[in-house]
Amino acid sequence: MTENSTAKHISNQTLLADETDPLTDRPVHLLKLDKVAKHYGNIIALTDVTMAVDNGRVTCVLGDNGAGKSTLIKIIAGRHQHTHGTFTIMGEERKLNSPREALDSGIAAVYQDLAVVSLMPIWRNFFLGSELTTGFGPFKRLDVARMKEITKKELKDMGIDLRDVEQPIGQLSGGERQCVAIARAVYFGAKVLILDEPTAALGVKQSGVVLRYILQARDRGLGVIFITHNPHHAFPVGDRFLLLKRGRSIGYYDKKDITLEELTAQMAGGAELAELAHELEQIGGHTEQLKEVRAEAAAVQADAPAESRTV
Amino acid sequence: MSSTVTAPHAPVVDERVAKRNPFQKLMARPEVGALVGAVALFVFFASVAPTFTQPNALATVLYGSSTIGIMAVGVSLLMIGGEFDLSTGVAVISSALTAALFSWYFSMNAWVGVGVALVISLAIGFINGWILIKTKLPSFIVTLASFLMLTGLNLALTRAVGGSVSSPSIAKLDGFESARAVFASSITIGGVELKITIFYWILLVAVASWVLLRTKVGNWIFAVGGDDNAALAVGVPVTKTKIGLFMAVGFCGWLLGMHNLFAFDAVQSGEGVGNEFLYIIAAVIGGCLLTGGYGSAVGGAIGAFIFGMANKGIVYAQWNPDWFKFFLGLMLLLATIVNLIVKRRADASK
Repeated sequence: MTENSTAKHISNQTLLADETDPLTDRPVHLLKLDKVAKHYGNIIALTDVTMAVDNGRVTCVLGDNGAGKSTLIKIIAGRHQHTHGTFTIMGEERKLNSPREALDSGIAAVYQDLAVVSLMPIWRNFFLGSELTTGFGPFKRLDVARMKEITKKELKDMGIDLRDVEQPIGQLSGGERQCVAIARAVYFGAKVLILDEPTAALGVKQSGVVLRYILQARDRGLGVIFITHNPHHAFPVGDRFLLLKRGRSIGYYDKKDITLEELTAQMAGGAELAELAHELEQIGGHTEQLKEVRAEAAAVQADAPAESRTV
Repeated sequence: MSSTVTAPHAPVVDERVAKRNPFQKLMARPEVGALVGAVALFVFFASVAPTFTQPNALATVLYGSSTIGIMAVGVSLLMIGGEFDLSTGVAVISSALTAALFSWYFSMNAWVGVGVALVISLAIGFINGWILIKTKLPSFIVTLASFLMLTGLNLALTRAVGGSVSSPSIAKLDGFESARAVFASSITIGGVELKITIFYWILLVAVASWVLLRTKVGNWIFAVGGDDNAALAVGVPVTKTKIGLFMAVGFCGWLLGMHNLFAFDAVQSGEGVGNEFLYIIAAVIGGCLLTGGYGSAVGGAIGAFIFGMANKGIVYAQWNPDWFKFFLGLMLLLATIVNLIVKRRADASK
């Protein structure tokens, strides 16, 4: 711990001790992970992760590739089970066995690979797994007209005006598919919305659109978990930030306690920059670049809140 | 013929363009390539073999089509669900042999054998599906194994129980006549004798189409075939859907097996090998993608009809039947090319 650290960790102790969220003062968190870990045999994919999700708040999970972000959301979304620690939903300790169980508990995930079937029409994708039916017994059938109508309306509310919800979803752009998935989760009454790298494959403008939907979902009272490796996308919409690195938590901050620069510095890692500077020096000749990298490394050193591990 | 089965004029589909007209909509259907091919083939045989269009000849063509078509319904659904079944050809015979041997050995009512055969057929489907899900092996391997095992079992058990390569005759058993009436009778409409399998075929296609397009299960079938991870993530019961599909194939196999048995009174234990490809070919010609997630039951039926027409049409045209397999191969190639274009278009902006 260094003194120049301006950012302050949310104290997990207080967070967990009296079950009060410092942001909302709600008695119980929507979701809470306490020292959760996932081991695949002797491979430790994730260890010692503590975080909370609340109504109308966006919890951002930041980390580079391989930091354990995907493992974390798979645990929350019921695709994998955690091996250590506790995972509570509305104060009740749970271990989710399937995505269906997670959905029934109000947790909906929008995956990086989108979880849409690209050859199927948009309306079929929208209602996939939760189809509306009409009629009884053997004559129970899909309520096609109503599903098409709802799909069209819900997407229109999200700002996508489709002429034909019958077209295969694979024909939509990445941002639009993202929005279909978000609209679907919101429509089916998700309490917690997990977004896995929703802006990763998108251009600047489309990313902006998706970020707007995140805020829209938050304003509707959903607890949002926003997974990303881009602090510039996370900072404007996030209320809390969990930073992961190599499968463990390297920081958990409240928005008021951290700035975008600090967040970026934490993610970039001062040590890596210093190493790069050293390498450039060895090769020689890149004076210009060397100067830049050194300056950046120095800036990172100055900004960075000390890395600390909650034990 | 080759020039008739052309790709639908692929319009470059953009989500912002105006509504497609009905013609374009029709062109986007999975079975359109097969439909065009079927019409062309019909016109072709009607012109070279005048007897081809006579009602009795058509009834024969339909009968031939129905024996492929009944299985093609199940196989189409399975392929839309993203899996294959190579054991279908011999599974049909296994079902017939089970019914024949069981009721003969215990000298029971033929209907008891029919019931036992149904259980066995569904069980074969269940086991195929269950092994597939548990091992995550490709269905090609799993069902190739069951194909070989069933082929062996058919021969070995028939000899062990009945002492011959063919099942013993069950014509004298109680219930044989009524079972024959149900599974292998003919219905005369307007002086034309139509085999009952034609009606079963049509009924199965109708039920399968309804399930596929208008029920939850149908939605799940498309989803597990299109992307089973995505389907699982949104809560579709992938395991149940896939196992159910294999069991549906088992049911179709049972129906055809019972027809084969009661059309005569005995079954050859070595039959059925190679037929599995005919069912798959019918499904593929009908527009089912080998990779799953796309196709229709009607398409499979049209595929079976094309097969029946080519098979009998060559006879009516008094050609050498040696050409038949060549035609079949050509049609398969053209149909898969059409399917490929369809798939590329759907994936265009992925």
